[in-house]
Amino acid sequence: MPLAHSPTTVPVLVDEAKCIADKGCTVCVDICPLDVLRISELTGKAYMKYDECWYCMPCETDCPTGAVTVNIPYLLR
Amino acid sequence: MNVWSDEIAQADCEVLVIGGGTAGPMAAYKAKTKNPGARVVLLEKANVKRSGAICMGMDGLNNAVIPGHATPEQYTREITIANDGICDQAPVYKYAQRCFEIIQELDRFGIRFLKDETGDYDVKKVHHNGTYVLPMPNGDTVKKALYRQLRRAQVLISNRYMATRLLTGHDSRIAGAIAVNTRTAQFLVIRAKTVILCLGAAGRLGLPHSGYLFGTYENPANSGDGYAMAYHGGAALANLECFQINPLIKDYNGPACAYVAGPFGAYTANNEGRRFIECDYWSGQMMLEFYNELQSGKGPVFLKLDHLAGETIGEIENILHRVERPSRGRFHERRGTNYRERMVEMHVSEIGFCSGHSASGVFVDEFARTTVPGLYAAGDMANVPHNYMLGAFTNGAVAGEHAIDLAAQVDFAAFDDGDVTLERERVLAPTRREDGIPPNQIEYKTRRFVNDYLQPPKVTRKYRIAQERFGEIREDLEGAMVARDPHELLRALEASSILDCAEMAATASLFRTESRWGLYHYRVDHPERDDLNWRCHTILYKVDGVMACEKRAIAPYVVPVDDREQAAYRRQRIPQPA
Ligand SMILES: Cc1cc2nc3c(=O)[nH]c(=O)nc-3n(C[C@H](O)[C@H](O)[C@H](O)COP(=O)(O)OP(=O)(O)OC[C@H]3O[C@@H](n4cnc5c(N)ncnc54)[C@H](O)[C@@H]3O)c2cc1C
Ligand code: SF4
Ligand code: SF4
Repeated sequence: MPLAHSPTTVPVLVDEAKCIADKGCTVCVDICPLDVLRISELTGKAYMKYDECWYCMPCETDCPTGAVTVNIPYLLR
Repeated sequence: MNVWSDEIAQADCEVLVIGGGTAGPMAAYKAKTKNPGARVVLLEKANVKRSGAICMGMDGLNNAVIPGHATPEQYTREITIANDGICDQAPVYKYAQRCFEIIQELDRFGIRFLKDETGDYDVKKVHHNGTYVLPMPNGDTVKKALYRQLRRAQVLISNRYMATRLLTGHDSRIAGAIAVNTRTAQFLVIRAKTVILCLGAAGRLGLPHSGYLFGTYENPANSGDGYAMAYHGGAALANLECFQINPLIKDYNGPACAYVAGPFGAYTANNEGRRFIECDYWSGQMMLEFYNELQSGKGPVFLKLDHLAGETIGEIENILHRVERPSRGRFHERRGTNYRERMVEMHVSEIGFCSGHSASGVFVDEFARTTVPGLYAAGDMANVPHNYMLGAFTNGAVAGEHAIDLAAQVDFAAFDDGDVTLERERVLAPTRREDGIPPNQIEYKTRRFVNDYLQPPKVTRKYRIAQERFGEIREDLEGAMVARDPHELLRALEASSILDCAEMAATASLFRTESRWGLYHYRVDHPERDDLNWRCHTILYKVDGVMACEKRAIAPYVVPVDDREQAAYRRQRIPQPA
C-alpha cells in the first residue's frame, strides 16, 4: 500500500525577509507545542512542515523579528 | 537514509515528573525546593516554555477559594453537587484549603490577580452558588513565570521526549518510565523512585466537527498518553464515562468565553436571543440543556454580548483576544463577527476525558497518590472533579511534596529488562515497515467512530458496534501502521493512546447502567439516575491484560450535603413562555 502525497494548505506563514533562522534563530521551532515547524535546508528559513496546528500562537508571539503569522486553519476558518 | 537511532539512553532520578504543562512544573518545583539535593526530572513532549493548556497563559482562575469570599466547606459542597454526588471529598477539600497559599505563591512568581480599590481580591460569581472566578490581568505571563522558577530551582528539564509506558517493579511499586525523543526517536529508560503523571486531558478523543484533527478544545499534544500509561501501568482509572463535553465557539472550537464575559453581563441564548439556562457554569446538566435547545429547533445557541456597552465589549475583547486562545479574535474578524453587533454561534464539542472540567481521570487520594505505590497523578488527568488550572497547580504541589519525601525512604524498584525490550519492539514497530497505513488515517478513523458511536446520547447498541470497529482498527494499528520519520512515530504513538482511550470510554460507559452528569453520561437505554445502585465510583483497570470495571464506594463525606442543595444543579432550565 504505497503512500500518496495529498496537498494541504498550511495556516502558519513565515516572512522569509524577516526570518533570521540563517543567523541561528530557532525560537519558533523550539517552542511549538505540536512540533510542526522546521528550518528549511533549502532556504535556511523557518516554515511549517506539518499541517497539525492548534492556532495557539506562541510561534508568532515569541519570534524576535515578527516574521510569523498564524492564520486559522482552512477547514475551520 | 536511516533516520532511526539505535541508541538507548538511561537516566536515574528520585522524582520523575511527566508533562511540563501546568501541574508538572509545580510538582517538579515543589519536589526540588523541598529537597534541593535530589534529582528531579521534568519530562515534556513539547517544550516546557510553551506547553500545555496554558501555553499562551490564562485569563483567570476558575475555582479560587479565597478567604472572605468562599470557604473550603462551601467549595467542597458545591463541587460534590456539581458532580452529582460522585466525589471523594478529601482531595477536593484539601485543594480548597491549600489553593489560597498557591495563589499567594503564584503572586510571588509575578503573576497578578485582580484586586478592587480596597486591595481585596475581585472574585466573580459564575458557579451556581459560590464566588470563585478570579481574573489574572497579566495571565499571558504564566508560563514565563513558571519557567523562571524551574530554572532557578535547577530542575532537570527534558524537552521533546514523549513518555510511552511506565515501568513497574517486581514488588508492584513504580520503577520508572520509558520515553522516546520526538525528533530523533532515541529511546530513553528512566529509573525513578517516584513518578508523577501530569500529562493533561485526553483531548484528541472525539473528532471536531471541522474534521481537523488538531482543532480540539484541549491542547492536542494532550492525546491521552497519560490515561493509556496509567492503564497499562496497572493504575485504577475512575468515572471515565463522565466525559468532558464543552460549549464552544462553533468551528473555532475554543471557549467563547462565558466565564470572562458572564460577569460583564453576557449570557448563553437561543436563536431568539433568550436565556434558557440558569447558570453558565460548565456542568453536565448545563450541557444537556444546551443539547436539548439545539434539538428543539431553537438553536443555534449563541453567546450574547451585543446588548453590552461598547466600552465593556472593548474590555472583554482585550482579554479574550490576548490570552488563552488569542486567535479567536482573528477567527471572528474573518467571519465579520463583531461582538457589538452579532451573537457568537456556539456548539457542543467533541468528547474527551478530563477531570479539570468534568471528572474522568486516574483515581487519586488527597496526597495525589494513585493505586500504584510510588505513582502520583495531578492536573486534568487526575480524578479530582472540576479542578481546572488552580487545581493542577495545587495538586501538583501536593504530589511533588509527597513524592520527594517518599523517594527519600525507598530505593529503586527492580524491574524486568524484558519489559524494556517489549516496549522497544512495540514503539519501533511502525518504523520497521516499508509501507502500510499512516498514523493520521488510523487516528482519523478512530476518532470518527468515537463521534459516530460514543458521542452522547449513549446508545448501547452503538457502543457495541464501536467496540467491534475499534477492534478492527487495533489490528491495523498493531499490524500495519507505518512511520517514516520520528515525527510520524510521535503521531503513531499518539494514535495508539487515542485508541486505548476510545476503548476505555466505551467500556466504562457500558458498565454504568444509569444516566448521570447530564449529557456527559446520558444513556438512552437507562435514562434515569439510579442512586440505589450507582451512587459510587466506577473503576476501570487492567487485569491479566484485559480491561475490567468494578464499583468503588464513595468515601464518607467530610462536608455534609443536603438534598435541597443537590436540586440546584439539576434545575438548570429556565421556563420559557409558551
Ligand atoms: C482552552 C482552555 C481554556 C481554559 N481556561 C481556563 C481558565 O480560564 N481558568 C482555569 O482555571 N482553567 C482553564 N482551563 C483548564 C486548565 O487550563 C487546565 O485544567 C490545566 O491547565 C491542566 O493542567 P495539566 O497540567 O493537567 O495539563 P497541561 O497544562 O495541558 O499539561 C500537560 C502536559 O503534558 C504534556 N504531555 C502530553 N503527553 C505527554 C507525553 N506522552 N510525554 C510527555 N509529556 C506529555 C503536554 O505537552 C503538556 O505540556 C482551560 C483549558 C483550556 C484547554
Ligand atoms: S522565531 Fe522568527 S526569526 Fe526565529 S526562526 Fe522562527 S520565524 Fe525565523
Ligand atoms: S500556532 Fe501553535 S501549533 Fe501552530 S505553529 Fe504556531 S506554535 Fe505551533
